[in-house]
Amino acid sequence: MSEYIHDEKVKELEELANKVRQSLIEELVEAKSGHTAGPLGMADIFTALYFHVLNHDPKNPDWPERDRLILSNGHICPIRYAAMAHAGYFPLEELKTLRKFGTRLQGHPERERLPGVETTSGPLGSGLGQAAGIAYGARMDSKKFRVYCAMSDAEHQAGNLWESAMFAGNNKLSNLTGIVDRNNIQINGMTENVMPLEPLKAKYEAFNWHVLEVDGHNIEEFVDAVEEAKAIYEKPTVIIAHTIAGKGIPEIEFDYNWHGKPPKPEEGDKFLKELRTLGGKIKSEHE
Amino acid sequence: MNKEAYLIEDLSKAEKAPTRDGYGKGLVDLGEKNDRVVVLCADLAESTRSHWFKEKFPNRYIELGVAEQNMATIAAGLANYGKIPFISSYAVFSPGRNNEQIRTTISLNNLPVKIAGAHAGISVGPDGATHQALEDIALMRVQPNMMVIVPCDAIETQKATIAAVNCCSGPVYIRFGRESMLLYNALLAAEELSKEGIEATVINSHTVKPLDITTILNSVKETKAVVTVEEHQTSGGLGSAVSEALSQHFPAPQEFIGVHDRFGESGEPEELIEAFGMGIKDIKNAVKRAIKRKV
Repeated sequence: MSEYIHDEKVKELEELANKVRQSLIEELVEAKSGHTAGPLGMADIFTALYFHVLNHDPKNPDWPERDRLILSNGHICPIRYAAMAHAGYFPLEELKTLRKFGTRLQGHPERERLPGVETTSGPLGSGLGQAAGIAYGARMDSKKFRVYCAMSDAEHQAGNLWESAMFAGNNKLSNLTGIVDRNNIQINGMTENVMPLEPLKAKYEAFNWHVLEVDGHNIEEFVDAVEEAKAIYEKPTVIIAHTIAGKGIPEIEFDYNWHGKPPKPEEGDKFLKELRTLGGKIKSEHE
Repeated sequence: MNKEAYLIEDLSKAEKAPTRDGYGKGLVDLGEKNDRVVVLCADLAESTRSHWFKEKFPNRYIELGVAEQNMATIAAGLANYGKIPFISSYAVFSPGRNNEQIRTTISLNNLPVKIAGAHAGISVGPDGATHQALEDIALMRVQPNMMVIVPCDAIETQKATIAAVNCCSGPVYIRFGRESMLLYNALLAAEELSKEGIEATVINSHTVKPLDITTILNSVKETKAVVTVEEHQTSGGLGSAVSEALSQHFPAPQEFIGVHDRFGESGEPEELIEAFGMGIKDIKNAVKRAIKRKV
């Protein structure tokens, strides 16, 4: 049992994560393009972040003392948008504008367009550096807020990311927590076939990071890891979250072909039904 | 500081001061007045003179090692938080190597990161083509939100460094050569031409973006011909910027002094400037060609 989160809260977050997934599917069907598998896989973590971990104020997104959540792999932004809408940053209805002309919900997120997004991202490997820069600046001014950086696993193939990892380790940025979505898939196939990342834990340790590994769909484990990171004062911490791409929808799970395409309307209806009745675990509120 | 131009009557008595000294001085001036200013450097502290800032403000100096891509993203993060970072390196590396990081994390975010590209141009000399940035103005000038300043000498580099913070709330690229010679060459060429009965106006077009179109147009309307002079590829730099402006507002014959679609090579700065057609004689000839083409 966790010291940091009650079972009831975990259950509440799991139910919320399901709702966030439903919004995600609706969002993608409406947009007719975008990524499906990665965002579904990170639904539990983004729900935990926005509804339990982050010290933030959706009505005051520029609050200087807020925790910063940097999303490095910008292409999974639909899950961030869905979690933000549920958290109250903007109306749920606005999710339907994803990727459409004039929208604040750009295909890849833009800081200047949507308050609360923190950074513009898409090109991989650059989020950790920005997160480390914010963490460094905050420490210069003795600020207490924390900086989180969500990354994909495959973007660890980019050199820039390791330059940033070296910088954060060298500067002992203990106010920085990395979160790696270790779902093992990328556009061209399985990460270990395309360009192997393992041993990822040992790599981070060699760069002077504290490393934790969790089941990315176990909210309790994730919250415990976040709390442990806060207690590490000499190093930045990275949480390698083992996730299942497409989690929540059996047809999508583990299938890298779902990396970069949205569900068609009829698929969307089917997926929504599956989510609403998930193994009888959650009672449908909509049907 | 004195905003008046530092002009001397006798050009032959001009002293050459390294432009990077101006950058180092400008940083220290800023450091004293603005505690948001931080300086980042990728293993070239002495060479870019950012070590002068480091000596005075060690807590606001950040060492990156040989990692220009990271330097851009760390600076974006610092600016995102509220600092005003200067990133210092050679122009071939920054904004060369880290161009995409600058585009996505600095320009698109419209953050106040100030990029100092030292050792630009062919006059880097013996280091050769790998270290002679001849395309950096083109790279920076096409990025929305980015201001591009190319100071002509040490004093102007100091002014540009200070202006990058005080006159611009967004990203700025400050480009400086190791030895800035071309404005000087242009002034000497104009002096010699005057003796031959040709009066030329020399405009120190220190800011390539936004370009001072008014000044250029007022001059070209009088002379009806123009020569642009720069240590850069003739495509994409000042010459292109001037040409774009003139073609829209006042088409006039233009000759381009610069590097014509080739890489540099090792040599002493003076001999390279001659070999690549940017000497005093070359400028004079270009002026005469431009005049001949007048309608």
